[in-house]
Amino acid sequence: MLETIISALPDMMVANAAPLLVVVPLMLAGICVFVPNGRAAWVLTILGSIISLLCALTLLLQVGAQGVVSYHLGGFAPPLGIEFRVDGLNILFLLLVTCIGVLAAIFSWPTVEAEIRAEKHRLFYAAHLICFTGLSGVAITGDAFNLFVFLEISSISTYVLVALGGTRDRRAFPAAFNYLMMGTIGATFFVIGVGFLYAATGTLNMVDMAERLALIDADNRAVVAGFAFIVVGLGVKAAMWPLHQWLPNAYAYAPSFVTMFLSATATKVAIYALVRFGFTVFAPEYTFEALNVALIFGPLAMIAMLACSFQAVFQTDVRRMLAYSSVAQVGYMLLGIAIGTSAGLSAGLFHLVNHALMKGALFMAVAGVVLTYQGTRITDFAGLGRAAPLTMTAFAIAGLSLIGMPLTAGFQSKWYLLQAMLDAGWGIAAVVIVASSFLAVIYMGRVLQAVFFQAPVNPRKQRREAPLLLLVPLWILTLATLYIGVQADWIIDLVQAAAQASFVPEGVL
Amino acid sequence: MTSHHVILRVVSKLLMPVIVVYAFYVQFHGDYGPGGGFQAGVILAVSVILFALVFGVPEALRAVPARFAASLAAIGLLLYAGVGIWAMLNGGNYLDYDFLVEEAPGGHAGQHLGILLIELGVLFTVSGSMLTIFYAFAGRVAEIRDEDW
Repeated sequence: MLETIISALPDMMVANAAPLLVVVPLMLAGICVFVPNGRAAWVLTILGSIISLLCALTLLLQVGAQGVVSYHLGGFAPPLGIEFRVDGLNILFLLLVTCIGVLAAIFSWPTVEAEIRAEKHRLFYAAHLICFTGLSGVAITGDAFNLFVFLEISSISTYVLVALGGTRDRRAFPAAFNYLMMGTIGATFFVIGVGFLYAATGTLNMVDMAERLALIDADNRAVVAGFAFIVVGLGVKAAMWPLHQWLPNAYAYAPSFVTMFLSATATKVAIYALVRFGFTVFAPEYTFEALNVALIFGPLAMIAMLACSFQAVFQTDVRRMLAYSSVAQVGYMLLGIAIGTSAGLSAGLFHLVNHALMKGALFMAVAGVVLTYQGTRITDFAGLGRAAPLTMTAFAIAGLSLIGMPLTAGFQSKWYLLQAMLDAGWGIAAVVIVASSFLAVIYMGRVLQAVFFQAPVNPRKQRREAPLLLLVPLWILTLATLYIGVQADWIIDLVQAAAQASFVPEGVL
Repeated sequence: MTSHHVILRVVSKLLMPVIVVYAFYVQFHGDYGPGGGFQAGVILAVSVILFALVFGVPEALRAVPARFAASLAAIGLLLYAGVGIWAMLNGGNYLDYDFLVEEAPGGHAGQHLGILLIELGVLFTVSGSMLTIFYAFAGRVAEIRDEDW
């Protein structure tokens, strides 16, 4: 079926799928400034996301057929020219970002209309499209400095998007400012790291860099410093445990649509960059044997899983609770990556995809509640199970998946992660996974208990569902969670191919 | 108001055309040597900012409206990306200037045209963005009006 869709596309688009994926949303962002109203900008956003998704699907087929797709921008051959390079690892992230992008774009209009002032709609969508461009650009580029540029493109537009939550709740401004400061420090650290690597290798192309780094002594100070700066810089962007302080407030006070989109994509893309540097640019032998980052990542990930789940238990605001839970879930992904085995990496990536789906669904359901009942505290959710059964059933399913109930996606990836941990002899990590899941039962349980078993505090709450535009993407995400819970083979194939691709950088230039 | 800062106003009036010409010098010099759209864009924006500092922001907004500055930034982006798409439509890779015009092999007309348009796009976007940022700060008023307290 995929082949027939792709074959219907024009040849020019198939041949240039890699740059078009990034350029089409970028150009549409420029056009958004000139359209007459927010609704037109919304239509353009959906259009751009769908074109990007089609490009990603085209690339999926091409990667399946030829292993690596390399596109030379401007006709300059790498390593001098900038290369868009798609292999098994980043096609996963391109698909994730574009799929979430389409679903998020579709549901956005009702919440944006309710939460953002009308004169800012067009610019809001322009900023969103630029953020989308940046995120897909990070995932597609094969050039270390280009990656930094895209990272900044996405981050700067994200600060704007978070700050636009100020119309609804003025705490969005300090949250956005904090995020701006932390994000800028992270980006600076990253670019310093790239600078060190450039000094040591004389190249910015990631494949070329990997080859040259292999020839350099393992204890070269510049390379070690570069590695450290890059890990810390990307750690900030990925909300790795002690560097996550920007995340809860940014997620809690941003417009609902922004929270949903960011939670499902932004930190994930930063984790992609971490994997790309930890496994492809630096050989796994270097990362895990010479530097032994497992000893840093492992404990940090486990602390994140316990501490942030614990913090989530005490939150009174649903969005803050989910935000702390996000930091904890980043811990799961990093744990999988930290053990440095192929099974661990694929488990981490698997959990990453599942988490994007279920957190996306959870935040989308919360966006629906914000829309209909204007409240995000747990007490506001009381009795909503009767008032909005469709929205809340999806919320509950995604919540159960977050806990790791069997038959949901969360169970599959946690189980997979557990096996990887036991195979690698990390017994403590396996215990931590289970303990953190228990904490998830408590914090999700508090909300679900309020939703389904408490009487509504507010008598005005009659039956009021979220609009259809929100329900359809919400249920697509929810059903995807259930489907992966039952039939996970295809996605496991995808993540295993991704893990494979990150271990062996195939095909020299 | 008019009697104040006579020297400043006269000198800045004299300087402004020079700044603009210098901006374009940097802009077109950028095709072959140091310079280019970024620097030129900032210098171009500086001429308007100088005008705003001396004659006041409302006057500057009459000369270069905020809406125009924001649109200029978007036009620059579209010009840059559009050149890339144009090369792609002509059968080349994205931003491959050789495919911009039909020419005999070894010709450099496409390269000349490409870098000219790209740098022009950068000039528009940078000067538009600089001005938009300046206006956003300079034109800022307290969001909570006194009677709302």
